[in-house]
This record gives sequence, C-alpha cells and structure tokens, in this order.
Amino acid sequence: MLLQALAFYVFAAVTVASAAMVVVSRNPVYSVLFLILAFFNAAALFVLIGAEFIAMILVIVYVGAVAVLFLFVVMMLDINLTELREGFLKYLPVGAMIGIVLLAEILLALGILGAGSATMSGLNAHGAQVMAVDNTRAIGRVLYTQYFYLFQVAGLVLLVAMIGAIVLTLRSRPGVRRQKVGDQINRTKDQAMTVVKVPTRGGVS
Amino acid sequence: MVADLIAFFTTHWLGQGLVILAQCLAVTVPLLVAVAYMTYVDRKVWASIQLRRGPNVVGPFGLLQPFADGLKLVLKETIIPSSANGVLFVIAPMIAFMTALVAWAVVPFDDGWVIADINVGILYLFAISSLGVYGIIIAGWASNSKYAFLGALRSAAQMVSYEVSIGFVLITVLLCVGSLNLSQVVLAQSGWFWNWFFLPLLPMFVIFFVSALAETNRTPFDLPMSEAELVAGFHTEYSAMTFGLFFLGEYANMILLSALGAVLFLGGWMSPIPYAPFTWVPGVVWFALKIAFLLFVFSWTKGTLPRYRYDQLMRLGWKVFLPVSLGWVVLTAAVLQFGGWVPKL
Repeated sequence: MLLQALAFYVFAAVTVASAAMVVVSRNPVYSVLFLILAFFNAAALFVLIGAEFIAMILVIVYVGAVAVLFLFVVMMLDINLTELREGFLKYLPVGAMIGIVLLAEILLALGILGAGSATMSGLNAHGAQVMAVDNTRAIGRVLYTQYFYLFQVAGLVLLVAMIGAIVLTLRSRPGVRRQKVGDQINRTKDQAMTVVKVPTRGGVS
Repeated sequence: MVADLIAFFTTHWLGQGLVILAQCLAVTVPLLVAVAYMTYVDRKVWASIQLRRGPNVVGPFGLLQPFADGLKLVLKETIIPSSANGVLFVIAPMIAFMTALVAWAVVPFDDGWVIADINVGILYLFAISSLGVYGIIIAGWASNSKYAFLGALRSAAQMVSYEVSIGFVLITVLLCVGSLNLSQVVLAQSGWFWNWFFLPLLPMFVIFFVSALAETNRTPFDLPMSEAELVAGFHTEYSAMTFGLFFLGEYANMILLSALGAVLFLGGWMSPIPYAPFTWVPGVVWFALKIAFLLFVFSWTKGTLPRYRYDQLMRLGWKVFLPVSLGWVVLTAAVLQFGGWVPKL
C-alpha cells in the first residue's frame, strides 16, 4: 500500500507538472515531448486504479500514434519562437475560460458540485459486478452488446473523417511515374528485349 | 528463521521490492550477454554467407570480440555537436535502449517464469514497441543535422506504418487464444508442434516476421541508415557509448521481436513433441532455441537480400500487408465462429 501511494503521488505530480510545461515551454517540440510525458503518466495512473486495458490503449493510441504525428508536424514546421510568444497574453483569458469550463464539467460528473452523482453511483454499481472478470473482457461485454450500435456509429464517424482527410489532401499531379508491379511482372521476354544482329563496323542505328 | 525470511520476501514491501529487483537482474543480465553475442553471431553468419571467416582474432574463435568492441565504445570520447540540443541528444539513446529492455517484463520464459504476468501482456508489448520510435525521432531532431533528421523521419514513418500490420497480426492470434495474457497464448498452443500457431496462421507469421524486420530497421528495410544516401541515418552524429546504446537497443529489440514471434507462433516454452525425452528439456531451453532460430533468420535475410526502395517499402506496408492482415482478421473470426472453435472465455 505504501509503495502504491508513493507511486500515485509521483505519477500524479509528474502528470500535472508536465501538463503545465506543455503550456509554458518556449519550444513547441518540448511542448509535444511534455505532452507525451503527461499521457504516459496518465496511463500509469490508470494502471494504479486497475484499468490496465485503458492504460495500454492510451499509450498505444495517443503516445504511439497521435503524438508521433504531432511531433512530425512540429518538427517539420519552421516556427518562429518570438512570434509565437506574442499572442500569449491575448489568448490567456480564452484559454483560462476553456480550462475552467472543462474543470467544472469534470467536477459535475464526479458529483462534487451536487448534481450528476447518479452517474457515478451507477458506474460504481456496474463496476462491482464487472470486477469479477478482467477489464478487457468487461469492456468487451458491454461494448459489443449494450453499446453495439453506438460502437458502429463511432466507427462510421471515424471512416467519414478518414475519407474527408484523404479527399482534402489527395491531388493528382501530372507526370508522376508510379511503379506498377502488375505491369512489371506481366512483362515477357519478347516485350522486354530484342536480339539485334549488329553488323561489323555498322553499329546499332 | 526460514519462515521469517519467506514472510519478509513475500509480504514486506522492501522484501517484495528486492525480489522484483532480483527478477529484473535475472532477465537483464542474460539479455545483455545475448545482445553481445548476437553481434558476434550476426557477423559470423554474414561471413559464412560471403565465404569469409568473420571475427576470429580476439580470443578463441573470436569469442571475445563483442567485449573488445564494447570496451572500445566505452573508452571513446562522447562527442556532443555544438549545434545539437544537448539534453535531448543524450536522452534519445537512453529512450531507445530502455524501451527495448522494459518490454521483457511480460515475456514468459517458462511456465510461470515471468516478471509481470499481466492480463494485457500483448497490449503492453505493443505499447512499448510503439515507444521505441521516440528514441529515434528525438535523436534525429536533436542532432540538428540533415542526414540524421531525414533518417529519423524515414524510420519513424516506417515504424508507424508497420506497427499497423503487427497490430492486426496480434489480433488474429488473440482471437484464437481468447486472452491477452502471453502465458495463456503459449498454453493455447500446447501439444504437438502442428498445434503451434505458425501453421494455421502461416500468412500472419510471414507478415509478422517481415514487419519485425521493418520495425527493427533491418535489411531489407534498413533505409533509415542506408549509407549511400544518409551516411548513418539517425545516429550519424552519435559516437562512443551514446551510439553504443542505440546499437544495443537495436539488437535487444531484435531479440525481443524474436521472442514475441516464438511466443505467438512457435509455442513459447513448449517442446515440439509432447513425449518423454523432449519434455525433460527445460522450457527455457526450447524458448531460447526458438529465439535463436528466428535470430538466425534475421541474420540470414541481412546477408542475402538487397535493400528496398522507400516507396516500395511504404507500398508493401500500406497496400499489401494492411489489407491482407485485415482480411485475415475477418477470415479468422469467421472460421472460429462458424467452425465452432471460439475459445472458451
């Protein structure tokens, strides 16, 4: 228990500190790296409360895929650091507002501000019967039965987003010579080469 | 007295911590020795393929060569380029090396011989292997050099692409097992060697192995370090032990992916024939033999195949492996469902 409490405080402190550094740090590449650290520590916190499946998915999806793309984009952009700093105070109120709204929503959902405690107690009641099996199985049982249609709809939304991204970035440039593997394999000896009898001193025309 | 000791190591937090530390050492030390000798075996195998002798000067049969190389790397001066980002430049090889080591926590060496027998072992391995890309991409950026940066971008794109197909391969295996626990994966393949998943899932095994080559940046997919184009790729600016850590990490990753292949497709610690003289051999030995076989194939491909072109690499990953593995997931699910072989949950 002592080790667990210690681990919790370490992970929580690192999460909060690195989240703060995401906003404060001067270099956008550092911001993304701190964001990755924050994701990773959040995953560790999930492990501590026994939600190992969500923890692993968090690492695979956010750290392993999304943040890599962030890092890609940020590294490729040639960002002027001083220009980036100028808007900080101007956007501070808006950012703070969004932060406060998000915090209020979380507190509401947890039932600390009075309302919404029904969700929490409902989850707790559900959790009690779910704890008997490991949580990968528990999530699967709920996701593929009760929430099956919502799950499918989520998949469709992602598909539409993917098609949208492809449509936005797809452009057919003229003059690109693509490798066509089928053509290469189907080529026969007759098409590929001709045997020429070269006359002496005549050369090939 | 003995009972006190047992109680200390099983219940007290300090004792438990010491046990975990000892377990980590018991895995890490043999692993590092294996990494050292993997470099030796690699060079011997390539030498044989090219009708040479390979390292044969240091020690009998050149057996001390890895240690001579290691000593050389340790004694050299670590050079940090003046225009490089110092902190990240040093952290990058540590990330690359550490991610290759921490993944071993969930690998089962024998029945019950595993540091962390967690229920999401496969996902843990997948998550850790997806972290390995950070060491490389940070190294490329922090070096502040064009060659290193291009090499890092290539490598990152390559690893992200091939992780997708590895993910689908893992899904087919876990469909057949019904569990994400690696020990359960091995136990599901018990019996004769044709019960191992490499036979029923042969196309997936091939895709897994080719993707493993791409994940570890080995020939024919070693584009991040293609000498003719990018000098030495992402570790162009690295020297001495910072380079050594990348090198060790790469080999540790190779051994890790071989171990994963052995667990998922070659029955882990199981003996190929479930009868007397074969079952007397400890499971660890079988496991090591299977890893050694896969590692030999790694060296063999490196000694045999030419390098892919970058667009061919991406084409193979996204246009061939992704649809094939996705289709195979659907096929496996359908066969399990309609053939009545769905694993009991």
